[in-house]
Amino acid sequence: MLPVNEKLRVEEILKDLEHYAPKRKGWSWRKKLPEDTKVNGFYYDEISEPLKNSVGLPASHYFDNIDPQPDPVITSEIASGRFEDDVRRMRMAAWHGADHIMVIRTLGQSHIDGLIEGTPEGIGGIPITRKQLRATRKALDIIEEEVGRPINFHSYVSGVAGPEIAVLFAEEGVNGAHQDPQYNILYRGINPLRSFVDAAVAKKIMASVDMLQIDGAHNANASAKRAWKVMPELLVQHAINCVFSVKAGMRKDLISLSTVPPVVSPAPEFKLNFIYALTVRELFREYRFRAQMNTRYIESDLVDATRIHVLDTLISRLTKADIQSTITPDEGRNVPWHVNSIRGVETAKHTLVALDGIKDLLKVNEEVVRPSIRELKMRAILMMEEILEVGGYFEAAEKGFFVDNGLYPERNGDGIARPKDGGIGAGTVIPRDADYFAPVCEHFGYNRIPEGLSSPDEPIGGCTLHDRSKIKYIDELDESDNVNLRISQQLEDREKGLISPEVEWWGDGWVQLDMTIPDDPEHSEAAAIEIAKRMGFKDASVISKTILHPVEGTYLELKAKVPFKIERNSLQLPQKPDLLSEEEITAFIVEHPMRVVAGTVGNDEHSVGIREILDIKHGGIEKFGFKYTYLGTSIPPEKFIDAAIETGADAILVSTIITHNEVHAENMLKIAQLAIEKGVRDKVIIISGGTQIRNDLAVSCGMDAGFGRGTKGIHVASFLVKKKRELLR
Amino acid sequence: MMSIQRDDDFEKRSLHLKNLTDEELDRRFWELADRIVEPLIDLARANTSPSIERSVLLRMGMDSFQAGAIVTKAVEHGLLGKGAGNIVLAYAKMNSLTLEKAVEELATGKGWEALVSTFRGGDRNAAR
Repeated sequence: MLPVNEKLRVEEILKDLEHYAPKRKGWSWRKKLPEDTKVNGFYYDEISEPLKNSVGLPASHYFDNIDPQPDPVITSEIASGRFEDDVRRMRMAAWHGADHIMVIRTLGQSHIDGLIEGTPEGIGGIPITRKQLRATRKALDIIEEEVGRPINFHSYVSGVAGPEIAVLFAEEGVNGAHQDPQYNILYRGINPLRSFVDAAVAKKIMASVDMLQIDGAHNANASAKRAWKVMPELLVQHAINCVFSVKAGMRKDLISLSTVPPVVSPAPEFKLNFIYALTVRELFREYRFRAQMNTRYIESDLVDATRIHVLDTLISRLTKADIQSTITPDEGRNVPWHVNSIRGVETAKHTLVALDGIKDLLKVNEEVVRPSIRELKMRAILMMEEILEVGGYFEAAEKGFFVDNGLYPERNGDGIARPKDGGIGAGTVIPRDADYFAPVCEHFGYNRIPEGLSSPDEPIGGCTLHDRSKIKYIDELDESDNVNLRISQQLEDREKGLISPEVEWWGDGWVQLDMTIPDDPEHSEAAAIEIAKRMGFKDASVISKTILHPVEGTYLELKAKVPFKIERNSLQLPQKPDLLSEEEITAFIVEHPMRVVAGTVGNDEHSVGIREILDIKHGGIEKFGFKYTYLGTSIPPEKFIDAAIETGADAILVSTIITHNEVHAENMLKIAQLAIEKGVRDKVIIISGGTQIRNDLAVSCGMDAGFGRGTKGIHVASFLVKKKRELLR
Repeated sequence: MMSIQRDDDFEKRSLHLKNLTDEELDRRFWELADRIVEPLIDLARANTSPSIERSVLLRMGMDSFQAGAIVTKAVEHGLLGKGAGNIVLAYAKMNSLTLEKAVEELATGKGWEALVSTFRGGDRNAAR
């Protein structure tokens, strides 16, 4: 197993790929735990087996670092155009709880009639090739061992090379794929006949290795101007692909509908989205659901995207989702960055866990929803009736039935019309002759197997799905565009110990800046770019703007490049606190009992931090035998000193969270000064703590020490014991 | 050919569905889906395409270039309806070649005329 503190080395992954075989094939669901499963004192109804290694949600340290994993599979879409960087992000996503890695294909691959080889760089996605798939699968095999849960690898069986891509996926251990002939026809302009003929063969191959299929109906949502009008049509599209897939040999439990809530606020979201979600799940109850987040309305605002996604996930929990997809909140502004892939996964995990058991708490009001559900179903039925009336699917597609912005049977006349004999690949469908023969197994359609054969692939001694050694592996074709050239920079940086920031590719140098400029949007934008320039950044551009007021202020986010690298060895790391053991502290306090007084200073009501440092329940200093007097919140500086004198305390613990106008520094200085004036400074240890406190700052304000974010009782106790020893000397 | 415009006539158009139970609605939905899909699956059963045939060749152990070259030649010679894998096997058998050798020759353009005359006797399009 890869040690958790070691980097994933792409050069190691690329070694001996020619002989690499995926560890397993087929789709994996999470292993759901029974209802009422207890995790550190909490009872959960909808969680799955925990991970061996993971990063919990930000608040997890308040709950003994638990990281319960919700029961739906969680998707992360990762494809920056360079798979060698994507595999590192996949590792990050897996640690945060993603177990479905969806790799987007490079722009235009669906129109390539055949396979691509090697590892060329992609645009907005990856050129899917055997080498790229194999390397990614190998990396995922390492990662899944590390997190202790199978990771589903996923991409797209679409375009004019569907059957070949399906073979490639089946051979290379890809576990899930999008496949929907309607997607090819409507959005890729591929010939309708070719799309359906290819699809059946591709689906049968996918089914042979238990690959999960996701359909493409949700694209109508993303494409229609009025996404909420296409709801009846979505049901029809789902049905066509589902029935076609089953007839081509797929199992219903490996067919997943891709479904998206159609609208967002400021529309009255739930009145539409919830009804739609109930309808589709009721009609397609034998199938699985992949709940996709809404991308349709995402602008460049990350927080807005996150709000939308939380509510989308609420719909998932209130209805059903077998797979919860995530969309990076930055999709509206750039090819997604590492951190935003992780944010997306966190949003899904957070919301799913938060809503654990929600369906037992709430009940759907049947009286209200039923008429709307029935109406939607009827509209879909009416659409299918008319499809048959005009002659069938191809005729309907030709007449622009699909992606029309009218709520069927209303027709807006703006649907996407695709002629049966037009599009890419038109005229390439050829009838199978009576003596047609394909000497491979799992081949959909007419196949005249010569007499005397026990299986169609007998004449070739078994096809590649049974005999991997037959697979032909092609390494690289383009000497000027391949992974070896691209990783040379990474290897050089690593050898020289150079660090530069990155958002998607190794050391790409991009950083994000944000600022509020007190001016109108135009001036603010120009000013922000000028500021970044003067700060020494290169290629600064504004990626998001929020108008706080038309003239009072504009909030801007920028990306810019750092034009230098940092030498890792030259970095000065802050010294880690030298902690005493719990036993040593406790033994010392038995011999030398210590008492402290503590509180928050000035006008500061934030008492959570200081209570954690004091209370036995939170691992505070009380646990080691310290006695304390808690003075309360908003205590004036004088009172700390008086109380210390009165109680004969050995130390004063000053908590200060508020830093407005440097009030924290002022209060520390005042306490130190008063202690000197009252003649106790050399007898009493005075320390301060708070989220913005650093040791050097506190010492410069006359404290003996300062403790910042992340401080635990043992840090303070260690310091107090060491300092007391000094005083006793 | 063009898309039509029509006001929402749901109330009138759905009269025949109003009295159906929920189960009957669902059943009708799936029956119609089945009727739409049946001709599509029949079409897929009886036809092939260059990508399908290349996928067969890949599974027989050819690389993507060989598969591409052979399927292009098969289309040019009007033989794709026989199945690309079938053609390769027949050529190997005719000339007592290994599969690898047959692939090599066919991919470089050898042997196609002979294949055309061999397969000429076969029924065309009978699977339809």
